[in-house]
Amino acid sequence: MAYVSRGFRGKRAKEREDARLPPGQYLVDDFPVLSAGPTPHTPFEDWTFTIESEMAELKRWSSESFRALPSEEVRADIQCVTKWSKLDTTWEGVSVDTLLEGVEHDATHAMVFSDGDYTTNLPLEDLLDGKAWVAFAYDGLPLEPEHGGPARLLVPHLYFWKSAKWVRGLRLMDHDEPGFWESYGYHIYGDPWREQRYAGD
Amino acid sequence: MARAAVRGRLNWALGEVVELIDETPRVRSIVLDVPAWPGHRAGQHVDVRLTAEDGYQAQRSYSIASAPKDQRLALTVEGLSDGEVSSYLVGELRTGDKLELRGPVGGYFVWEAEMGGPLLLVAGGSGVVPLMSMLRHRDASGGAVGARLVYSSRSWEDVIYRDELERLASATDGPEVVHTLTRSQPSGWTGYARRVDGQMLAETSWPASIMPSAFVCGPTPFVESVAAALVLLGYPATSVKTERFGPTGG
Repeated sequence: MAYVSRGFRGKRAKEREDARLPPGQYLVDDFPVLSAGPTPHTPFEDWTFTIESEMAELKRWSSESFRALPSEEVRADIQCVTKWSKLDTTWEGVSVDTLLEGVEHDATHAMVFSDGDYTTNLPLEDLLDGKAWVAFAYDGLPLEPEHGGPARLLVPHLYFWKSAKWVRGLRLMDHDEPGFWESYGYHIYGDPWREQRYAGD
Repeated sequence: MARAAVRGRLNWALGEVVELIDETPRVRSIVLDVPAWPGHRAGQHVDVRLTAEDGYQAQRSYSIASAPKDQRLALTVEGLSDGEVSSYLVGELRTGDKLELRGPVGGYFVWEAEMGGPLLLVAGGSGVVPLMSMLRHRDASGGAVGARLVYSSRSWEDVIYRDELERLASATDGPEVVHTLTRSQPSGWTGYARRVDGQMLAETSWPASIMPSAFVCGPTPFVESVAAALVLLGYPATSVKTERFGPTGG
């Protein structure tokens, strides 16, 4: 039983009513920025995206060949582990299904890697079947560096730290291992509906 | 890179408010007695949960201001006009009330004396809070590591921990504290009176060649510009750790 905070009523009617909001989250209208270090500024023309196994590079796109891939518009609610949520965000990106087409592997997990040495781990099934994209536009405009541009992963069904900014590739693995925040006490999987914020939640 | 040990689930703990300190007209420190507190490292934060009588709950994260070995846990909170949690903590909370806490959280934006230095701390507004935990920890552990704090506030009245920073800075082996006041300055002010920029950091930061560790905390535009300026001054990106809060922190 939670302790009742004397005199606290809560001002936010929206949070009480909106069924799209996972437990412990509140709504924002702006787009807060969080990251562990300086924002990398890789120009899009120098950006590449790589799929590798633990042994070898399997596929690699230049920014030009990446943009030639079929892309999709995505509308999604995003949930940050620091408790803000933003509903109905719109993105454009290439589905991870498209990127993995024709790649032979028997992987169960992936480590996503980014500029700035950021990594995050996911079960491969959370990246497939229309659940994840490499997004290069937000709200109709090229993705700004502070929000992860030139491109970030978008996995909206998990807490947003899994949607790695400045993404440069996926490493396919036959096991799970913690990425950056997962090594610093954050949950290994990060389902906002089960409020998996921290290790052991 | 040091990795935190795997640990069990963080549980909600109940702390009792034993002291409230008005730091500035909008900022209050909340000193808590938390019997089940597992301890923390300087720079970490904690989740606070409020529950209304009808069961409605709201959670937010706040940086820890106290040093790891302090007897009591201190949070410092800036009241935001539309912040349902911060306005309660700054305006309604009284001594003797209890707060539900879960933490400590975050293992990257931390400094421990054994990590060495020198330390460059750059704060914008209430971004000084986790950096104050580091300065208090440094002081408690003997102050052997060189430390500089570059701290941007709107006015002298908005400087959080003003007296304690002066006391720390005037001590032998104390940190160097450089203030900049961006909106208004007391008469006779001879210090900086503009936003932190590359020129100011070139004048006040440690040279990159002696491999300082930088911690930058403040609102997003502040952190973006300071971190970028430090990289231009030759700081490797991995030596600049950042923590940000937006206008909506609540």
